[in-house]
Amino acid sequence: MNTGRRPKTRLGSLLAALAITGASLLLGLPAHADEPSAGASAAPKENPRVDLILDVSGSMNIADIQGKSRISVAQNSLNEVIDALPGETDFGIRTLGATYPGNDKTAGCQDTKQLFPVGKTNKVEAKTAVATLRPTGWTPIGLALRGAAQDLGKGDATRRIVLITDGEDDCAPPDPCDVARELAAQGIHLVVDTLGLAHDDKTTQQLICIANATGGSFTDVRTPQQLTDKVKQLVDQSNDTYTINPVRTTGTDKCESAPVLTPGVYSDREKFSEHRVYKVPVKSGQELRASVSVGLDRAMARDYGVLLQATSATGQELVRGTDAGSTRTDVISTGLRWSTDDSKGYVTASPTTSAKDKDKPDTTVCLVVSNSLAPQAGVHTDPGMPLELTVDLASASPAPEGAAMGLGRGWILLLTLTLAGLFSGLVAGWIARWRIAVWREN
Amino acid sequence: MRTTIRGVLAALALLPALALGAPAASAAPPSPTATASGTAAPATKAGTSFLTAVNLSPGQDADVAVSTGDYLYWAFGASEGQTPTVNLSVNLAPAGDRHGPQTWTVEVFDGLRRRQSCTAGTQNATGDQSATSLTLSCTLREVRTWAEPWSGDPLPGTYYVRLSVTDAPQPDLGLAATAHLHVAAKGNADNAQPEGGTLKAPLVPPVGGGASTAKAAAPVAEKEHWYTGWFSGWNSRWYWTIGGGFLAALAGVLGYHLTRHPRGRRPGHYGAVPPQGSHQHGSYAERP
Repeated sequence: MNTGRRPKTRLGSLLAALAITGASLLLGLPAHADEPSAGASAAPKENPRVDLILDVSGSMNIADIQGKSRISVAQNSLNEVIDALPGETDFGIRTLGATYPGNDKTAGCQDTKQLFPVGKTNKVEAKTAVATLRPTGWTPIGLALRGAAQDLGKGDATRRIVLITDGEDDCAPPDPCDVARELAAQGIHLVVDTLGLAHDDKTTQQLICIANATGGSFTDVRTPQQLTDKVKQLVDQSNDTYTINPVRTTGTDKCESAPVLTPGVYSDREKFSEHRVYKVPVKSGQELRASVSVGLDRAMARDYGVLLQATSATGQELVRGTDAGSTRTDVISTGLRWSTDDSKGYVTASPTTSAKDKDKPDTTVCLVVSNSLAPQAGVHTDPGMPLELTVDLASASPAPEGAAMGLGRGWILLLTLTLAGLFSGLVAGWIARWRIAVWREN
Repeated sequence: MRTTIRGVLAALALLPALALGAPAASAAPPSPTATASGTAAPATKAGTSFLTAVNLSPGQDADVAVSTGDYLYWAFGASEGQTPTVNLSVNLAPAGDRHGPQTWTVEVFDGLRRRQSCTAGTQNATGDQSATSLTLSCTLREVRTWAEPWSGDPLPGTYYVRLSVTDAPQPDLGLAATAHLHVAAKGNADNAQPEGGTLKAPLVPPVGGGASTAKAAAPVAEKEHWYTGWFSGWNSRWYWTIGGGFLAALAGVLGYHLTRHPRGRRPGHYGAVPPQGSHQHGSYAERP
């Protein structure tokens, strides 16, 4: 009886397997995930550009860095930095207070000039030019910053200004910190790093303000080696960062008129209590990933927060990301994920490019960026804080279907199966014995 | 009978080896703790923002000269099942130059710049004016294989570390200090939760710092086959289940033998089959 049935069963299972194979091949062709193109951020092949502003005002003569004068320390450091310049870096030098020795403030405060244009550096010439500098005049930092921004020119790549100074600006207006903020707000990807050679509070505060306004760093120079290392590090950093290129965009306050964003990195400005809205079309089976950073580039009230909301076109909230804090920080960030769902509320199917899905219209998701920041008294509220938004679209991830196909794992499983086997064996044995006994009795 | 028992015992002894060998067999992603000779030299840089964060390859440390008050960003990759721990030590500026206590804080964010909670570790440390160094650490939650889009659970992809000075007297900002970063991770994909869950694309920023390293560290998306829905690949569950089935079969045979072959041990008791043929004949003969 057994032998007669077996071929049939085998044929049946073979047919079933074939059917399954065919069906899966037809239906379940590997779903092609829409590769988000990072088109918005394609880096231009532009050399990293660094402009160094050297303070050559009269006070640089003071010999207080391990017994050497500030200017000699700066000159020595610059020599080393110029020697170590990476080949691809466009490097330039601007001086302030180098030429006008007089006491006329108006004239002294115009005293900033380009010592060496930003470009491929002739190292010997550059070093000679630096060596001839003699501390002379005033400290028009604001004007020098503007000049350096012009030296660096317009472009998409991040540019760096390295400011080496020993004194507080004595030429305001323009206030150098305001100038820095104004340059940052132009969206020309400018970072100002400041190095202070004097240690008085007012200078430090001003240089910190300039650095904060542009996302740069501040270093209080105590030793010649520290100065050399830091400037080298900054020049090096411009090499790493110049390719990253957020696209300037301007969010609106309403979803209807909001700019449409594709995957990439964007920059914008947001004022206190302002809402900025952007639109992202999301296809069925796609997951929207967005993150936002708001820079705290001025003196803020103690507590701060940021909120990123994803809403539907009708204003229904879909998901939100939020963060808050109360300590010293540079940016406050948050992010969110969201994907189109089905009737169950979860993404249950992997994205496929079948005709059905193509017919489905894109869902337009509005990203609303708002902040709960407040300025300290007397702080400028215009322009707004720098805002950085990244948008990405990835394949949506379906909810897992539970444990792996009825398979188990662990010692408890082994024990249970063994006991069950033992029990079955015992029962089978007892039944067999009982049957024999019954059969024998009869 | 004796040989059967011996066989069962041998099989029992073998099984743990089989089961324990299973995790090693499944492809485990390279863990950041690997201290192989191929480990990259420590990074000497740190980024200044999320976009410019410096990528750390698995097992790579960072040793950076910094200015007090800098915001330092690094990015590392973590994969499912891992529990990353970020360890930092900071050598503060010379005590003579400082004017008061300093507080340093380490924060960890995921690839979407969402703040990640630390489950253990000293997230911020304050050193008074005489302190020379501070140690900070942050242990994340275990990285999950999948999470609802609405949750903030840690997922495979990029993680950002931000080291900053959160409180210091203003004159102390800008002083030279050094920071050392080490990222360790324990655990592997084998016990990652939830089981069967996958994130189709790791949480990696579209561009900028962290984009490349995390892509390298994150598990490569598996190719889809026609059998993908039916067979999810070898995992330790297969070994456990097959081992369990084997044990059950042996135990079944053992149990059966225990009841069927009491020959000579329990003679004559309730219808036992007498072992010898002649005796058998005799007993039949005795019947009326």
